[in-house]
Amino acid sequence: MVEWSEQERSIITSIFSNLDYNDVGPKALSRCLIVYPWTQRYFANFGNLYNAEAIKTNPNIQAHGTKVLHGLDRAVKNMDNIKGTYAELSVLHSEKLHVDPDNFKLLADCLTIVIAAKMGSGFTPEIQATFQKFLAVVVSALGKQYH
Amino acid sequence: MTTLTPKDKDTVKTFWAKISPKAAAIGADALGRMLVVYPQTKTYFAHWKDLSPGSAPVKKHGATVMGGVADAVGKIDDLTAGLLNLSELHAFTLRVDPANFKILAHNILVVLATTFPNDFTPEVHVAMDKFLAAVALALSEKYR
Repeated sequence: MVEWSEQERSIITSIFSNLDYNDVGPKALSRCLIVYPWTQRYFANFGNLYNAEAIKTNPNIQAHGTKVLHGLDRAVKNMDNIKGTYAELSVLHSEKLHVDPDNFKLLADCLTIVIAAKMGSGFTPEIQATFQKFLAVVVSALGKQYH
Repeated sequence: MTTLTPKDKDTVKTFWAKISPKAAAIGADALGRMLVVYPQTKTYFAHWKDLSPGSAPVKKHGATVMGGVADAVGKIDDLTAGLLNLSELHAFTLRVDPANFKILAHNILVVLATTFPNDFTPEVHVAMDKFLAAVALALSEKYR
């Protein structure tokens, strides 16, 4: 089981309580589609993804980015059982969405960059370590039900 | 992974010109972060007295590493040839596992995001990511 210190828990809840989901979600997802263009394969019916500008202004991507970020709420609220919390979502991503689990790490890295840009010098090495630990646990949980 | 397009090289050179005054500080921050966030990387620096962010050896070495990146920007048209000596150094003397190049690159990108939040757009991000990957590849040339 993953161990969380009091400090780590408070860092994670603090980051998410200060988050504008409608801003960070779309920014993270669109950055992922631009920096790792092969991830666009999962969004073939989302409309115009032809270039960076189109991706950044695509309303379907914006809505989906917000949705994905809210999906992390469940992990924040259940930090002691992220694996169990995401069992169903893992099955969904594997059996219905057919997402290569390697992509979870790519999105996680883009989310880290967006949060880093938002927090600036406030994104200390310790906070970065905690945030990346949290995302690593989420990524692992989402990949657990693949077979 | 891939070759750098003319647009990539242009983006990297333009962005580098903007950030180069802060290169030493960026290097120090990235290295310090790496040692905290990826503790396994500390194994390469067991000979340092102090591995904490902001310490003297971290600052000095961060500047050295970014000096190498600056050099690479200048040699962006032929990184393999340009970084030959550095590749030999890393392969035969330092023997850094190349997986760590990716780890350091990630931390450089994080620092670029915290330091230049408005300039580090997705377009700049992808060009810098590709560039640092190309540098890592050139550094790995002489390994085997």
